[in-house]
Amino acid sequence: MGKLRQIAFYGKGGIGKSTTSQNTLAALVEMGQKILIVGCDPKADSTRLILNTKLQDTVLHLAAEAGSVEDLEVEDVVKIGYKGIKCTEAGGPEPGVGCAGRGVITAINFLEENGAYDDVDYVSYDVLGDVVCGGFAMPIRENKAQEIYIVMSGEMMALYAANNIAKGILKYANSGGVRLGGLICNERKTDRELELAEALAAKLGCKMIHFVPRNNVVQHAELRRETVIQYDPNCSQAQEYRELARKIHENSGKGVIPTPITMEELEEMLMDFGIMQSEEDREKQIAEMEAAMKA
Amino acid sequence: MAKDHAGGPEDLENIIKEVLEAYPAKAQKKRVKHLSVAGATEDDADAVTGIASKCDTVKSNIKSVPGVMTIRGCAYAGSKGVVWGPIKDMVHISHGPVGCGHYSWSQRRNYYTGKTGVDSFVTMQFTTDFQEKDIVFGGDKKLEKTIDEINTLFPLANGITIQSECPIGLIGDDIEAVSKKKNKEINKTIVPVRCEGFRGVSQSLGHHIANDAVRDWIFEQPESENTKAFEPGPYDVNIIGDYNIGGDAWASRILLEEIGLNVIGCWSGDATLAEMERAPKAKLNLIHCYRSMNYICRYMEEKYSIGWMEYNFFGPTQIEASLRAIGAKFDETIQANVEKVIAKYRPLVDGVLAKYKPRLEGKRVMLYVGGLRPRHVVTAYDDLGMEIAGTGYEFAHNDDYKRTGHYVKEGTLIYDDVTGYELEKFIEKIRPDLVGSGIKEKYPVQKMGIPFRQMHSWDYSGPYHGYDGFAIFARDMDMAINNPVWGLFDAPWEKAPIAAE
Repeated sequence: MGKLRQIAFYGKGGIGKSTTSQNTLAALVEMGQKILIVGCDPKADSTRLILNTKLQDTVLHLAAEAGSVEDLEVEDVVKIGYKGIKCTEAGGPEPGVGCAGRGVITAINFLEENGAYDDVDYVSYDVLGDVVCGGFAMPIRENKAQEIYIVMSGEMMALYAANNIAKGILKYANSGGVRLGGLICNERKTDRELELAEALAAKLGCKMIHFVPRNNVVQHAELRRETVIQYDPNCSQAQEYRELARKIHENSGKGVIPTPITMEELEEMLMDFGIMQSEEDREKQIAEMEAAMKA
Repeated sequence: MAKDHAGGPEDLENIIKEVLEAYPAKAQKKRVKHLSVAGATEDDADAVTGIASKCDTVKSNIKSVPGVMTIRGCAYAGSKGVVWGPIKDMVHISHGPVGCGHYSWSQRRNYYTGKTGVDSFVTMQFTTDFQEKDIVFGGDKKLEKTIDEINTLFPLANGITIQSECPIGLIGDDIEAVSKKKNKEINKTIVPVRCEGFRGVSQSLGHHIANDAVRDWIFEQPESENTKAFEPGPYDVNIIGDYNIGGDAWASRILLEEIGLNVIGCWSGDATLAEMERAPKAKLNLIHCYRSMNYICRYMEEKYSIGWMEYNFFGPTQIEASLRAIGAKFDETIQANVEKVIAKYRPLVDGVLAKYKPRLEGKRVMLYVGGLRPRHVVTAYDDLGMEIAGTGYEFAHNDDYKRTGHYVKEGTLIYDDVTGYELEKFIEKIRPDLVGSGIKEKYPVQKMGIPFRQMHSWDYSGPYHGYDGFAIFARDMDMAINNPVWGLFDAPWEKAPIAAE
């Protein structure tokens, strides 16, 4: 067993972080890696495809029932899924109450202190879409994840979120040691998506790790609470995830300190790609439309 | 040693400059605005003290400089410790982790009558004792449970207040919803107070928040049966901002009742919820601590057209002036009573002055207290022939410094939100005969060889309000200054050797 490698998946909400990460990890386990998944989302759905069911016993719910985390054993919260992947979920309060961020901190500390990280090659954190507070930044602080993989697409808000996450990584890159592993583009079939993703990667100074094409088989697998690797191991999409897994595995230690850009620069980039109109172009368009109306 | 400076220079402007030199430039720039010397003013001299100086040249009510040892408290301290805490028939919950509650447990000497644990709860401590799971999942359920337990264990408690500690504001618990729900269930007044410690720059905002909570959760609620049954009279007044430290409010109450007024509420020393509720029925609000309770007085003026006036019961000069000013708000009967009361206590005052003035005359005092006493006690010292060399507030605002100009003469050192270092240096350089401040300052000052009295807690003595209080005040100051221990301050082996014959 080599040195423990910790990675984390971040990205805009709904972008497909959990799906992408679980498929990738399912491919990694095929490569003989021992894996622990730490779900850091109060919804606790980061391990559903690996366990083929939604994990019920989250760290925080069990802790609340028992009194405190000190009353828990690691065995209570770690479940074994597809090909021996260990799965655990931080869990957290229902929306609108309490402090989910503090919950993430509590859960991760508990797992680490109680030996959940022993005897694994990979720890993978799957984090809630928006890094709303310090708690959700936990995996990128304090020398936890060495590399962050940002799941994004060609949509403007996904690009925006990716840039924001890069800012968060930059903040902790010097004090901790966290690096940006690269971007994973989850295809949405927007205009010039691959080029745009590559352009953003260039701006951030990182790699575009892999472009995952859109494929309905992902949906089919997900409805059966399975990864594509498990559902249809021979399909082309499964190959894509294996490719992504291989690239991530080989990317060890090759992460970078990102160079995030300003909102203006981001908008400029979108204009260059003709996705967003400049003010002048839009005014011209409105004038033309008005002229047409009069005519 | 420290005494080297005895009889040293008193060029105050230079002393300020010298003391500030210890700071980095940025801190110097900030602190210099809070230190000053009372200057000249063209305003008319105060009718009672005959003094007019300009003290509001210092900046106040601004965030303390990080890294200094400020003597300030927090918003929670202002609400739980000062305004709400003394109300004796309500249970005050320190809502959050246990520390804030534990360290604010019985911190002030606000006396009360009643059976503790039966109908009065001031010296008891209640906390929701937050654990990690309460932070993560929210503490509302625990709060509900705590309220139920209090209601079961202490059925004679007339109400409950929820004093928020920092985490409540961070995790966004809906304590207002809990209050409303429990109010319906147990049919008792429940007051949520959003006094999270991180709000504001000192305890001062806590006072304001607590005043607002009185307004929203006591006044603007349906009138209670107690209040409905209350029959107002023409001489009804409220004492506002007297926390009954060492029995101060009782000493004040005696005088007001002797002149024929009917004190229907004392906020909040020895107070009951019923007193708070019926306050709007009074004819006049008499405010002692302006800083902590002016807000609710202004509200009562606006909403119920109740006038308010500041008064001062420290020392005979101010007591007489205040009694006459209060009398002037009422009819001739009261005014005649005022003169009778003043005459009645004159022998007592004369006795106190005859005994203590010769022992204290000319002694110089430096004060550093909260938001009222740095000016209010000045005339009491003056009555004993003592002088104020310097004074300052922890959490005063500009209007307090304006008022200070009616109490201290030109040339008095003024220090706002003074740091531990600055105060120590000022004391060392001025070497007054007495320092009046808090427990944290007491022992360093005494080790410098300077007599000290605690002016927050009256050093476990009191009351200092009223005529009775003045006698105790004079005795205590004498006891501190003329204590024979100061003659033993230098170690015998450090005395100059006697020249050999």
